[in-house]
Amino acid sequence: MKKNNYHRVIQLLKRESVADVFISFVAVVAALLVGAVIVYISGSSPYEAYKALYEGAFGSTYDFCQTLTRTTPLIFTGLTVAFAFRCGLFNIGGEGQLYIGGMTAAIVGISFTGLPLYIHLPLAVAAGAAAGGAWALVPSVLKARVGAHEVITTIMMNYIGILLCSYLANYPFKAEGWIAQTNVVEPSAQLPRLVASTQLSAAIFLALACVVLTYYILYKTTLGYEIRAVGLNPDAAEYGGISVQKSIVLALVISGMLAGLGGAGEVLGLHKRFIFGFSPGYGFDGIAVAVLGRNHPVGVVLGALLFGALRNGGMVMKQMTNVPTDLVVAIQGIVILFVAAPEMFRIFRRIKKGGIKNAF
Amino acid sequence: MYAVEMRHITKRFPGVLANDDITFSVLKGEIHALLGENGAGKTTLMNILYGLYKQDSGDIYLNGQKVDITEPNDAIRLGIGMIHQHFMLIPPFTVAENVVLGIEPEKNLLLDREKAIKDVEEISQKYGLIVDPKAKIQDVSVGIGQRVEILKALYRGAEILILDEPTAVLTPQEVEELFKIMRSLKEEGKTIIFITHKLKEPMATCNRITVLRKGTLVGTVDTGKTDISQLAKMMVGREVIMEVEKPPHQPGEPVMTVKELEAYNDLGIKALRGVNLILRKGEILGIAGVEGNGQLELVETLTGLRKASAGKILIHGEEMTNHSARNIIEAGVSHIPEDRRKRGLILDFSLAENLILGSHFKAPFSHGFQMDYDSVYDYAGDLVDAFDIRTTGIHSQVKYLSGGNMQKVIVARELGREPDIIIASQPTRGLDVGAIEYIHQKILEMRNGNKAVLLVSADLDEILSLADRIAVIYEGKIVGERDPRTVTEEELGLLMAGGSA
Amino acid sequence: MLSSIVSLLTATLRISPPIALASIGGAYSERTGIINIGLEGMILMGAFAGVATTHFVGNPWVGVLSAVLAGGALGLLHAVLCIRFKANQVVSGVGVNILSLGLTTLLLQVIWGNRGASDSVRGLRPLSLPVIRDIPIIGDILGEQNPLVYLMLVIVVVAWLVMFRTPLGLRIRAVGEHPEAADTVGIHVHRIQYMCVTLSGMLSGLGGAYLSLGWLNLFSQNMSAGRGFIALAANIFGKWNPAGAFGASLLFSFTDALQIKLQGVGIPIQFIQMIPYILTILVLASAVKRAVPPAAIGKHYEKGEK
Repeated sequence: MKKNNYHRVIQLLKRESVADVFISFVAVVAALLVGAVIVYISGSSPYEAYKALYEGAFGSTYDFCQTLTRTTPLIFTGLTVAFAFRCGLFNIGGEGQLYIGGMTAAIVGISFTGLPLYIHLPLAVAAGAAAGGAWALVPSVLKARVGAHEVITTIMMNYIGILLCSYLANYPFKAEGWIAQTNVVEPSAQLPRLVASTQLSAAIFLALACVVLTYYILYKTTLGYEIRAVGLNPDAAEYGGISVQKSIVLALVISGMLAGLGGAGEVLGLHKRFIFGFSPGYGFDGIAVAVLGRNHPVGVVLGALLFGALRNGGMVMKQMTNVPTDLVVAIQGIVILFVAAPEMFRIFRRIKKGGIKNAF
Repeated sequence: MYAVEMRHITKRFPGVLANDDITFSVLKGEIHALLGENGAGKTTLMNILYGLYKQDSGDIYLNGQKVDITEPNDAIRLGIGMIHQHFMLIPPFTVAENVVLGIEPEKNLLLDREKAIKDVEEISQKYGLIVDPKAKIQDVSVGIGQRVEILKALYRGAEILILDEPTAVLTPQEVEELFKIMRSLKEEGKTIIFITHKLKEPMATCNRITVLRKGTLVGTVDTGKTDISQLAKMMVGREVIMEVEKPPHQPGEPVMTVKELEAYNDLGIKALRGVNLILRKGEILGIAGVEGNGQLELVETLTGLRKASAGKILIHGEEMTNHSARNIIEAGVSHIPEDRRKRGLILDFSLAENLILGSHFKAPFSHGFQMDYDSVYDYAGDLVDAFDIRTTGIHSQVKYLSGGNMQKVIVARELGREPDIIIASQPTRGLDVGAIEYIHQKILEMRNGNKAVLLVSADLDEILSLADRIAVIYEGKIVGERDPRTVTEEELGLLMAGGSA
Repeated sequence: MLSSIVSLLTATLRISPPIALASIGGAYSERTGIINIGLEGMILMGAFAGVATTHFVGNPWVGVLSAVLAGGALGLLHAVLCIRFKANQVVSGVGVNILSLGLTTLLLQVIWGNRGASDSVRGLRPLSLPVIRDIPIIGDILGEQNPLVYLMLVIVVVAWLVMFRTPLGLRIRAVGEHPEAADTVGIHVHRIQYMCVTLSGMLSGLGGAYLSLGWLNLFSQNMSAGRGFIALAANIFGKWNPAGAFGASLLFSFTDALQIKLQGVGIPIQFIQMIPYILTILVLASAVKRAVPPAAIGKHYEKGEK
């Protein structure tokens, strides 16, 4: 048995995963460089900008907790995209699933009074997960039955979901006042604060639990084997007796549930209520996180931490240097493009060997 | 005068030396065979001549002049035409559109359709290759498709024609017709290079034969001065056992019965029109036929990968029509698919993960929800030893294996399940002789061990040597059953083409 | 009643260019086998480039030109990533969208400060066609529109003609159906792919220019609002045929026009705004059964690869 494990680790390392990590690392560095150029062109100092960015992310305990707070939803949405991708599916609907999950958690959170914490909180969290999963159900069935491209259907569900939540937050569940938000959720449905004077809540534990769960499902269960098989070769999976349709639906629904949990985490942990606009695009950030993390649960955590740091640090950067936070969004886009193009790195190797003219 | 001279051609691909310093010449006006096993480098060499690949080193001379061929346009301009093994035709386009593609006639900036049709008709009459210019390729037969490919080359003024394994998709009669066309083209002064891995073909048609083996040129011989066993020896490098040894068989009870099976193909056309078969224990039933007559649909319907629109399938006496693939696997049916990369393997999965595909959800590999990967790895190790699979380890990805070893993984998996029925579809396609021998041996072992084997193959020799009974499929129906010990190739060929005997 | 319908149809035509142009671009890209999810980002980039250039230069037509170039640049980027660097086409498209969103919003703030929208700029003034505007009904719809609307109509016709009646179109379609076959008759597969994907960016950029310069005369954050994705659906619904894509785009624009008209009817605005998106899903649910994309779509072509 020992000999087996040793060989297994060696062979696993020989697989592309090592190259993957390297590519992700280089992609981030390259994207940061490009970002620096953009900052310079727009008239600010890249050094000042990045220094503020770093200090904003990790400078003190408070800053670090805030970074973790920003990281939490990204873990959820990163897992969302990564899990679906393992089945060969592109779930771009994370934003809508996040919203619907958050709204549902809020509704459960405000609708019941007098329930003990150990019933109300899990109920609200589960409701958020279920709602997120339900929101992915329509695209999943359409893909499985009719082959409708899930990129388009999940994006459409985003718009529909966000509009629906806008309605709910402006009419039936609207709190007093001008803002489109619900009432504060009952204390029995709130995720407790972890560190005093920060915004960090137990939602991060929920996120990390999801990481473990996702890893377990994908690599330790029969369902995970089947989902990965369908993702890599649906024809062979079908030949091996696997129900491709069932795998597609389950993969997308679980993926949606993860996003729904993310929404629940934000609503029950951070804001304690549903506020329309609470997500500055976490669903889309999840795509960058998943791509950077190579669709692996551990990679997602690292990617989420990076982007959480960028987001949090970005706000400080804006205050101190006037460089807009959207630089971060641009950097995210660049990261995706670099990571998506594995061939790019062979070029660097070729340039090293034979000079620039060898590049193309 | 040499029409073509390729001197010291070397071509390397990642991991394989496809052409190793090959010097090859063809006389003007001859039919020259390029003979070798699958993977010997014949197609690569000709792809270089046609400009699809660029050689790493070496030169090409046409009629004594050195030429530089960097893309097909160059080759076409120099009068070289290539008819590929897998047709290079666009299914939704018409015959005329396919022939003129790339050098389309124009009128006022627009495509001149009438002229294209007229040109095709003219050239088709001139060489006796009759086709309907307005028909869509997806609607015509394979034989017609091949004619279109030849017309494409002639339309571009080809004087040198390269035919890459042209007979793989033809009935024996169509092969005769092709040879006739080749002879008449030769009379028109064309030079023909004929790539094949089948020993009998060059003897029938060619003036000279060049043999390639593992990327090197073994030798060139005159057809009149050689014979099949010498060619086989040159191809493989050792004595080849031409006949397979087979103890006589006693067919047992039926294990699979197929009644009036009907099914549609992916284009919505009826591919199976009432197939009737009985498969018995201890017997190899060979399904002979030209590809495209319903074999794929038959295999897929029997294994639960395609819906049957009518008819019955009985396995061990139980009705299993349109049951799921999983149920059919559970009923004791194993399937070696014709496309190993598409159906048979998940290339990015490890060997171990591939070896349990189909049984992955059961004990000992899985208990309910959870997988037991330790028992998976144990089982995989056992199979690798038992089936002699050459690999760096059970955890390495299958995509790095050679074609022969990939097929061994599939065979190991399917036979390791100890099935009652094995359905093998083109099991030795694209493999070298060693792997072919191995798989034939395994199939015979199954049959000798009282299992039932359904062997679907486009290779008549394979069927004739292995099968205990031969059923011929034509246009979705079984048109005849014969005993391989008494039937002739001509009779089979006639049945395969829809004639009756 | 009639005048309502006429005004709806006029509005439909007026709304259609961003989706229509992008979907025609999508048709060209996908006909060569390259999936282009990045249409959304290309529209947005075009919209931004148009307004930004006009802001500095003063002439909206220069803005239109720069929009086409900006969209084309993104298209070229997508093409390079997919063709030269063998990127996963969907991921690359999504990356282009995110990059475009980030870049346009960033530059919006750099130029105009943190307000979510730019200043107004000089827009393109509508054109009034002399003879046509007097024809009853048709004249009302077609007689007075933004010049880019007329340009779009011309592009639809030309796009269709090129794809189905010219040798170039035959080759484009061949590349998407069977790139290996096209290669063997000497067609430069990659060159055609580069051309068509860049074209899809240019057309989307033009559509974006219309959005900002032809309609609102300003740029606001993320103003493409999903039109690029609707264009993708329109292309599928139109079976990868420029004329069909245009027709499908008109359908979607019609619902958009309808949605605007229905606001204030009494139902909460959000449900009405949902209509175009729900329609898209319904279209995909039904059309996809019959629609067959080019055979080689999404696959990367390289000589010698099996």
